[in-house]
Amino acid sequence: MSEERRKAIPVSGAIRWSASFVAMVLVAAAFAPWISPYAVGGLQEQRLLEGPSWAHWMGTDGLGRDLFTRVLYGARVSLAVGLGTAAIALLIGATYGLISGFAGGNWDHAMMRIVDIFYGLPDMLIFILLSLLFGRNIGGLLVALGLVTWVRFARIARGQVLQAKELLFVEGAVALGASRSRVLLSHILPNVIGPILVTLTFTIPSAILAESTLSFIGIGINDPYSSWGTSWGTLAQDGYRAMRSYPHVIAFPAAAIFLTILAFNTLGNGLRDLLDPKQR
Amino acid sequence: MASLLLKRALHGVAVIWVVATLTFALLRLAPGGPFDSERRLPPEVIANLAAKYHLDEAIWRQYLRYLTGIALGDFGPSYKYLDRGVSEIIRETLPTSALLGAMAILFALLVSFPFGLCAAYYRDSAIDRICMLTTTLGISLPSFLLGAFLIWLVALQLGWLQAGRWDTWMSAVLPTVTLGAAPAAYLTALLRSTLIESFGEDFVRTARAKGLKESVVVIKHALSHSLIPVLTVMGPLTAALLTGSFVVEFVFAIPGMGRFFITAVTDRDYPLIMGVTLVYTALLVCTNLIVDLLYTVVDPRIRAH
Repeated sequence: MSEERRKAIPVSGAIRWSASFVAMVLVAAAFAPWISPYAVGGLQEQRLLEGPSWAHWMGTDGLGRDLFTRVLYGARVSLAVGLGTAAIALLIGATYGLISGFAGGNWDHAMMRIVDIFYGLPDMLIFILLSLLFGRNIGGLLVALGLVTWVRFARIARGQVLQAKELLFVEGAVALGASRSRVLLSHILPNVIGPILVTLTFTIPSAILAESTLSFIGIGINDPYSSWGTSWGTLAQDGYRAMRSYPHVIAFPAAAIFLTILAFNTLGNGLRDLLDPKQR
Repeated sequence: MASLLLKRALHGVAVIWVVATLTFALLRLAPGGPFDSERRLPPEVIANLAAKYHLDEAIWRQYLRYLTGIALGDFGPSYKYLDRGVSEIIRETLPTSALLGAMAILFALLVSFPFGLCAAYYRDSAIDRICMLTTTLGISLPSFLLGAFLIWLVALQLGWLQAGRWDTWMSAVLPTVTLGAAPAAYLTALLRSTLIESFGEDFVRTARAKGLKESVVVIKHALSHSLIPVLTVMGPLTAALLTGSFVVEFVFAIPGMGRFFITAVTDRDYPLIMGVTLVYTALLVCTNLIVDLLYTVVDPRIRAH
């Protein structure tokens, strides 16, 4: 018992910290215009590349823009891409996997073959190709990412359905003459939700990582007049060029990217441990 | 076993064909072309360019031409580099990327095995805690940020190494660490958890009960049992390395295939994009085949099937 407790405390502590951080980023994204002390495009020509101060918490960039404001608005881009991708991938993948697992037999076999092929693709490259097709803006990027990541959900949903189908109460429901859709929705679906939730939590940071990486190397979001704000990856790229003399310009966007991904990953780990104690 | 491998090889060919078709279709559908520029070109010039690159032919003929080219190892002309074909560019840049990738894998293995083993063996000790914390941080740290940080610290602040060069082995240190860090963190965490599982298994207890030396128990019995999960992730890990390589090549200005891919994307140099994508896919397919082959070596149960 004492060992159980000793292990339980740091895990829940990590969850608490990461959940608070994620909440903070959510608030920052939602209320960026009200929180930020400066206008998003505001230039101050006499205050270029200043270090952090009371007036500018994160300093200013090469055009005299307040970095704190830019990082705040960048949270919108990252979260939109992360959450949007997760939603699209979940919708396509879980539906596909549920149908495949529930249908079984040849249907299942054929449908999983397609998933296998998708799994063997170098996903980052396909993502880049798709982003060329859908356009290099937030919407295009998250559709492209969703189309690359849906297979994860398909596999997990299918596996869980196959497991759940063997469970006694599902067999019981079938024996009692419940309709297929009823079995699927009210008996199988609740059982597959845990692992899907965990995958969902891990999909968000990997989407944020993919988007910020592409924006950093200059082939990501290319939409300078977007009212959403600028991607953290682009901000980091701006700072990277001035890194030698003005490291603060890259440090703050970099910290935002790293901490957000870390928080979501920790949240995912904690969720997995909570939902499935066997995994540890 | 031979039939299994044949099946896997056929699957690999199917994957390559799907990727070839996908890239072809996607890039034909994508808006904007390689000859779109600020200055409007006269229509005769556009027509001539289209004729030279066979862009005026029916789409299915272009597709067939493209597929036969791939089969013969010819990816066609580059739209941007007029003196070299795509195959030539790939031949020149692939060795650099492959070398970088191989060094990164080696680095990841050399780091993860000792640390994973220590962490699992001395579970819940200080070294285990430090390993777990570092791996958690390492998995979440994007490689472009790690690369930028290493350049800032080692090259700019300490002045130990020069960044942005690719000549001596010294210039390969930072890119290798940057590319190998995430796989190393991932492998360490994986090895730790599978080893902890192994240590609890009956066959390890039996080995100990027989009075075998502790080192034999750990390495021969527990570690070899944990190799299978490690093999399983080698495929996805290679994929991560391949895509990680173009980030690292960008950050450190290494003249590899990934950097050409990035410029090809901004230039909309379609044949080059398609060629590099196909080479990456082929590499991935080959790794998966080798992993399948190694399975049968490591796990005798698969051979029996």
